[in-house]
Amino acid sequence: MSNERKIRVIVAKPGLDGHDRGAKVVAHGLKDAGFEVIYTGLHQTPEDIVQSVIQEDPDALLLSLLSGAHNKLFTAITKQLEEQGIDDVLVIGGGIIPDQDIPHLKKHGVEEIFGPGTEIDEIVEYVKTHLKR
Amino acid sequence: MQINVTDSEIDEQVHKLRAGDQRAIAKLMTYAEMNLFLASQVIKKLYKYTGNAYIIGITGAPGVGKSSLVNQMAAFYISEGHRVGIIAVDPTSPFSGGAILGDRIRMKKSFSLKDVFIRSMANRGQMGGLARATRDMIKILDAAGYEIILVETVGVGQDEIDIFKAAHTCVVIVVPGMGDEIQAIKAGIMEITDVFVVNKMDLSGVDRTIMDLETTLQLTHNSKPKKPITPAQGLFVKVNNWKPPIIKTNAITGENIPKFIQNIQTHQDFLKKNDLLPIKKLAACKNEIMDIMKFQLYKKVEDYVFKNTDVNDLIEGIIEGDIDPYSISEDILAKFVKEARILDK
Repeated sequence: MSNERKIRVIVAKPGLDGHDRGAKVVAHGLKDAGFEVIYTGLHQTPEDIVQSVIQEDPDALLLSLLSGAHNKLFTAITKQLEEQGIDDVLVIGGGIIPDQDIPHLKKHGVEEIFGPGTEIDEIVEYVKTHLKR
Repeated sequence: MQINVTDSEIDEQVHKLRAGDQRAIAKLMTYAEMNLFLASQVIKKLYKYTGNAYIIGITGAPGVGKSSLVNQMAAFYISEGHRVGIIAVDPTSPFSGGAILGDRIRMKKSFSLKDVFIRSMANRGQMGGLARATRDMIKILDAAGYEIILVETVGVGQDEIDIFKAAHTCVVIVVPGMGDEIQAIKAGIMEITDVFVVNKMDLSGVDRTIMDLETTLQLTHNSKPKKPITPAQGLFVKVNNWKPPIIKTNAITGENIPKFIQNIQTHQDFLKKNDLLPIKKLAACKNEIMDIMKFQLYKKVEDYVFKNTDVNDLIEGIIEGDIDPYSISEDILAKFVKEARILDK
């Protein structure tokens, strides 16, 4: 019955990458931190993910990718979000992202990247302190 | 974090919703879910646009195929040219207050997400199979012009029957191998189901499951009732002369889905022909009004109890062991009615 606002996030796996263990670990960790986590499942197109963001109105979108297609897919998503006028959703990425790609992603709307070895608490804290609404 | 939403913001979103803007629908849903006051502001503004949707509830134990069946139903209705809205409820963790909402995983591929509006929600500790704001979400989709609204409950056991108060047609899904559980549900869920689905029809034992259901239904429908309706045992309306059909399906391959949908249509026609829709609506409204008042009063009592040191002293009397919970409750309620200005905002 509390009026306290719940944090809702989407955890999504764009593209053809079939490795979702990391995304599931993050989803469960966020659930245990009191977040409501919408998990989309594998093989989502950028259009699917943007449409899910429109309908679910989450506070944050967490993208996980291990295939190497992050430069293309993450930015396709942030571009479509921008085109839709969605500027109040925090977008962060995770997975196998080489350091040299991070500046490019940050320049194109992915606000932070969390790689292997990240503690769940770090992600929780980051999301809580960087919400855009 | 933004908790306050202005009146004009809600006006603007309602305006956009009427023009078909999916983001406006989503925002209004977020407001309605946030707290009871915002929900009331939203619903007051768009209630006049509601009442056109047909609401179908889908319930059943965890793992019977609710999301997969909803996916097939949505694909079918979309192919018939309908606008379809889906509300999928999943449970909230009693420990962390968090939730994993995974129903979207099974709702894709057979239609474009642009043709359907899917919203996931956590039940936030609400008993009964739905969340507090589920009925508000239904109204928002209704006002936005979605003609068919599919409401998927949390995976239920025997007694989560709130969906029967909110939907026009209620579908209960069972699977083979749950013989004993079918026996168990016959008192609660069995009595108020409109259409039964035996899913996973490729599994062995499906005919046995249908026979078990059929036998139990015959017991219920054996004696001829005098009136078509038993009014409100409490706040329920029971329709007596509808015998729920049983359809076997495969929600993965889509086998028998058209036949299943046809049975939903038959139930809808039955309700119309017998003028039962207004009676159902009245019962649903009674339920909803009671629930809203219950939520509001509960909040006020809760605030009163937890913020009032006198009351806490009373409760601590229980530790001394010289006063029982009933007496304490009566004392607190007497104080509450006298002191708390319960009709204030």
